[in-house]
Amino acid sequence: MPETILDIKSLRKIYKDGTPALNGISLTINKGEIVAVIGPSGAGKSTFLRSLNRLVEPTSGEIWFRGQNMLKLKKKELRWARREIGMIFQHFHLIKRVSVVQNVLHGKLGYMSAIKGGLGWYSQSDTKEAIAILERVGLEQELMKRADELSGGQQQRVGLARALAQRPSLLLADEPIASLDPSSSERVMEYLSTFSREEGMTTIVNLHQFDMAAAYADRIIAINNGEVVFDGAPDKLQKQEVKQIYV
Amino acid sequence: MNLDEWKKQKRRTTFFLFITLFLFLVISLAQLGVAPGKLLDSGERIQSMLNSMVPPDVHEPSGVLEAAIESLQIAIMGTFWGVILSLILAVFGAKNLAPHWTISYIVKGFAVLVRAVPALIWALLFIAAVGLGAVPGILALAVNSTGMLIKVYAEAIEEVEKGYIEAITATGASKFQLVMQGILPLITPIFITWSIFRFDINIRYASVLGVVGAGGIGWELVRASQTMAYNEMLGITIVIFAIVLFAEWVTRFLQKWIEKSNVRAFQSNSN
Repeated sequence: MPETILDIKSLRKIYKDGTPALNGISLTINKGEIVAVIGPSGAGKSTFLRSLNRLVEPTSGEIWFRGQNMLKLKKKELRWARREIGMIFQHFHLIKRVSVVQNVLHGKLGYMSAIKGGLGWYSQSDTKEAIAILERVGLEQELMKRADELSGGQQQRVGLARALAQRPSLLLADEPIASLDPSSSERVMEYLSTFSREEGMTTIVNLHQFDMAAAYADRIIAINNGEVVFDGAPDKLQKQEVKQIYV
Repeated sequence: MNLDEWKKQKRRTTFFLFITLFLFLVISLAQLGVAPGKLLDSGERIQSMLNSMVPPDVHEPSGVLEAAIESLQIAIMGTFWGVILSLILAVFGAKNLAPHWTISYIVKGFAVLVRAVPALIWALLFIAAVGLGAVPGILALAVNSTGMLIKVYAEAIEEVEKGYIEAITATGASKFQLVMQGILPLITPIFITWSIFRFDINIRYASVLGVVGAGGIGWELVRASQTMAYNEMLGITIVIFAIVLFAEWVTRFLQKWIEKSNVRAFQSNSN
């Protein structure tokens, strides 16, 4: 019996203007799984992912992560839970004007005191770890460069490094390759899956390319109109169904 | 309505506007006691004042220099504390960071209130509170600066894309860490540009704050005028002019330097 890392129960999100984004999603996700969430744009993929670490505040439901209901956590407990959930974004959102190493060190903020973190007094061991992570994503040459001087593919790898610096047990990736060229995309997906396997990290990745999802994921969840319309192994998903999902 | 009618109406409006303005001007002149005769009569006095102004002179160069330096110090300290205070308040004033939207409105309202009161009035208030000298000058400039800086800093923060805030928040960072490590580096260019601009304004203010007794070279000017030492007044005015020119030069230099670093970032971004 595989260990459950996320247990989501009838998760709902209705935006203030009345737009329903998630209409009662229930799922369990196992430790170490690479899950691709697919679906047309506007289906609720992004809201779903952001609900998990409460960047978006769900309207109702339960999200059980490491024995705690995420939706019941107080401010500080939420920050502690977030440290264990890494996240990468479509537009990378590295802090411009700041060096690559420092961007990776941001992944350590949750573990530091307010003052030390605020002033950027990162410990030597943290810095060494950040450099080691950057070596793993093949960016050891770019350590001191400003983050906004890198190419898109490189920036996404820095984003991944920032998430890894958190030593997360869960990694959320929101359209990580949607603004990258095909070769950079493949490279980023390659890193993503390698790290997940090596670290035993659970990864949930939003994708809109079905072939990428099929190539890298153990499991595909299709969302449309805020509901799960398919959940299973990639080879179980028929071409016919894929077409329907995107209708 | 055809074109001719429209033209006629427009001409009529212009005519009435002109008459109203003219009447307003005449009434104002009469009410304020501005009579042409009065101005002509004072010609002689203006003549003698101008004569006694040249050559400009500074009786006590060391004293004036000291006062000039004090003015600069007041401007620097006032700007420094103003920047710090504004930055803290701007975090609460920016809608995307404020704990609650009401707090954002309160902070912004405070900024409007502060802006509405001129620097000299702030100086008088602080003189009443802490006495004469440089301290009320510094306080007046610091508070007066917040009126403008809170607004522009908060607007800069509000323009930061949501994604950056999400990215740092997702690491488990606290609000303070988010501001220091995420927001500040992102708004640095805007932050520096406005702070320098405010420093420029504060230098001008600092040189006149002394007139009401809030320290600096303004006091020298009042002293000279009370003894009717017009040549000294001109001398001190020239010193003030030099300070302002110097400030202008420094701020230009700093702004160029920022522009250069922005262009560099832009170029490396676009390739």
